[in-house]
Amino acid sequence: MTRPYERMGRYIIKRLLTAVALLLVMSFVTFMLMRLTPGNYLDTLRLDPQISKDTLAYYEKLYQLDKPAWQQYLFWLAGLVRGEFGYSFYYNVPVAKIIGSRLGNTFILSFAAFLLTWMLAIPLGIWAALNRGRWGDRVAQFISYIVLSLPGFFVAMVLLFWASTTGWLPLGGMESPGAEDLSLWARSWDMFRHLIIPATALSLGSIAALQKIMRGNMLDVLGRQYILAARARGLPEHRVIYVHALRNAINPMITLLGYEFSALLSGAALMEIITSWPGLGSLMLTAVRSKDIYLVMASMMMGGVLFVIGNLLADIALAKADPRIQIK
Amino acid sequence: MSEFKLAWQRFVKDRVALIALWVLGILYAAALFADVITPYSLRDESRLHTYCPPTAIHFLTSDGHWAGPYVRGVAMSYDEYRRRIYRETDEAYPLKFFGKGESYKFLGVVTWDRHLLSVDAPGRVYLLGADSRGRDIFSRIIHGARVSLTIGLFGVLISFVLGLLVGGIAGYFGGRIDNILMRMCEMVMMVPGFYLLLALRAAVPDTLNSLQVYAAIVIILAFIGWAGLARVIRGMCLSLKERDYVLAARTMGLTDMEIVMRHILPHTISYSLAAVALAVPGYILGESALSLIGLGIQDPYASWGNMLSEAMNIVRIQFAPWILWPAFFIALTVMCFNLIGDALRDAWDPMLKGRGDQP
Repeated sequence: MTRPYERMGRYIIKRLLTAVALLLVMSFVTFMLMRLTPGNYLDTLRLDPQISKDTLAYYEKLYQLDKPAWQQYLFWLAGLVRGEFGYSFYYNVPVAKIIGSRLGNTFILSFAAFLLTWMLAIPLGIWAALNRGRWGDRVAQFISYIVLSLPGFFVAMVLLFWASTTGWLPLGGMESPGAEDLSLWARSWDMFRHLIIPATALSLGSIAALQKIMRGNMLDVLGRQYILAARARGLPEHRVIYVHALRNAINPMITLLGYEFSALLSGAALMEIITSWPGLGSLMLTAVRSKDIYLVMASMMMGGVLFVIGNLLADIALAKADPRIQIK
Repeated sequence: MSEFKLAWQRFVKDRVALIALWVLGILYAAALFADVITPYSLRDESRLHTYCPPTAIHFLTSDGHWAGPYVRGVAMSYDEYRRRIYRETDEAYPLKFFGKGESYKFLGVVTWDRHLLSVDAPGRVYLLGADSRGRDIFSRIIHGARVSLTIGLFGVLISFVLGLLVGGIAGYFGGRIDNILMRMCEMVMMVPGFYLLLALRAAVPDTLNSLQVYAAIVIILAFIGWAGLARVIRGMCLSLKERDYVLAARTMGLTDMEIVMRHILPHTISYSLAAVALAVPGYILGESALSLIGLGIQDPYASWGNMLSEAMNIVRIQFAPWILWPAFFIALTVMCFNLIGDALRDAWDPMLKGRGDQP
């Protein structure tokens, strides 16, 4: 008999291996698609009279742009194994130099939105379930429905507009100019102020969606017989609700963790572009606009990696929270 | 009574969903008859009316006599910060119903020049204000509806057919085929949607004309969306194939293909209709996001997304808040699809409760 953590370890390795294989296939398809379309970044450079023919030839040789596409892919892949992501022609630096900080920034934004979502949605859902049918619940459900239909980018625009009229919050970006000279504390506070708008716009829709699900779960559980039994035994109401009902109602929410995380990453990319948050999404937009192939590939792969890790963590959390779930 | 009729009866009892259906119907009809409804064509612009506010419609003359609906001319001047101010002049331009205007091809066939609402030049009617080039936002919203409302529908249609095929085959045959097909789905779902959207968009050449860009966006959206639908349908097929009537069909000697086509897929369609209605908003939002950041439908063609790209410059919202109108229409459409999807799911629920995946 294998011990649980051994089984878990094997499961994680298996999951990671499949993920790597799938990401490889995906990267191959994207690479080929991008190579098949006419035009690459060197064409843009060619139009620049300041860049000599020798430089162009050097780049062409260095990145084997004269070779067939599959060889270029293998070349890129070989670089990836060595931790090189290729060269960004747009920024004129190796991709690895830019992508790290961008990855961190995207993580900060996604994580903040994630925290905000769950810290608000769960209590809201519980409260709505306990006040079912009263006007407070009705108002909350009505507002949720409207918020669910509002595009995230629109919310961000309205918030930015509000910030521009009141001047209470900074308008986009991640840091104020000159933030590097501030103390660590002041700098964090500055970043926090920049974070408010994108994180709120990003999480508003998820809050509405999750509180609806949480409310449904809670109502479902509150109707069960064991709740009736607990009440019949004379347990205080808060124990019935917060110990017996809540624990069972919150379990299905953990399955949603992974799904929510991917939606969040996807939404974060657009939000970064609108609020000019210097993350992976806005980097990728620049890359796509300038046909900077290695930068596009790296951003996409990093997005995929974040996604895989998020999903894996969610699965593990689920297995930890619910002993009935068998991981194989 | 058939399953469809029963579900339809439950569906029409849902008042809110019916209203949503009507609103969508009106929006689609408006898109179809855009040329007649709109006062101005897509390319019509007036540089003298940059960010002109919504035109007021008057009924009385200045001394209080009835004069029918008319609009006043506007005169532009600058204030001390060089901002434009528009002031109504005394010139009156009566609103004409089905008056002559720019000619167009009605429904792409008949040449006609009547417009539901128009005023004689040089007067201009801006029901929802004007944009940076003095183009009528109302007209552009209706013209843009042709793009924004159809792109999601076509996209979802392609995904749905793909999802039905892949999901049906995977769910019915199971085993190795199921394994391979599901890995394919996972591959697509492994990259967060918006990153995939951008990566695929990067693979589209810049030289395409607007119709080709439209088709490219439909294909990209469909490519991203099919995997999710395939998984839902696979889950349903897995449970449906264990039913007795499938066993009966097999004993009667029907081939696998016949069973899938005749007995399994029709049962999934009912439920997946709800999944489709709930999926459409994702496509609409995808298109508008892409157009918003300048990678979708390009000027002079209008889509709700590319109209909003003007609002990316926050200062503009301050002096011309009406440029946000397209967002209202996006939200309205998304809400209608959500309401209809929810109602459809509820209508089918009594039959399928607790079976298959929840989308």
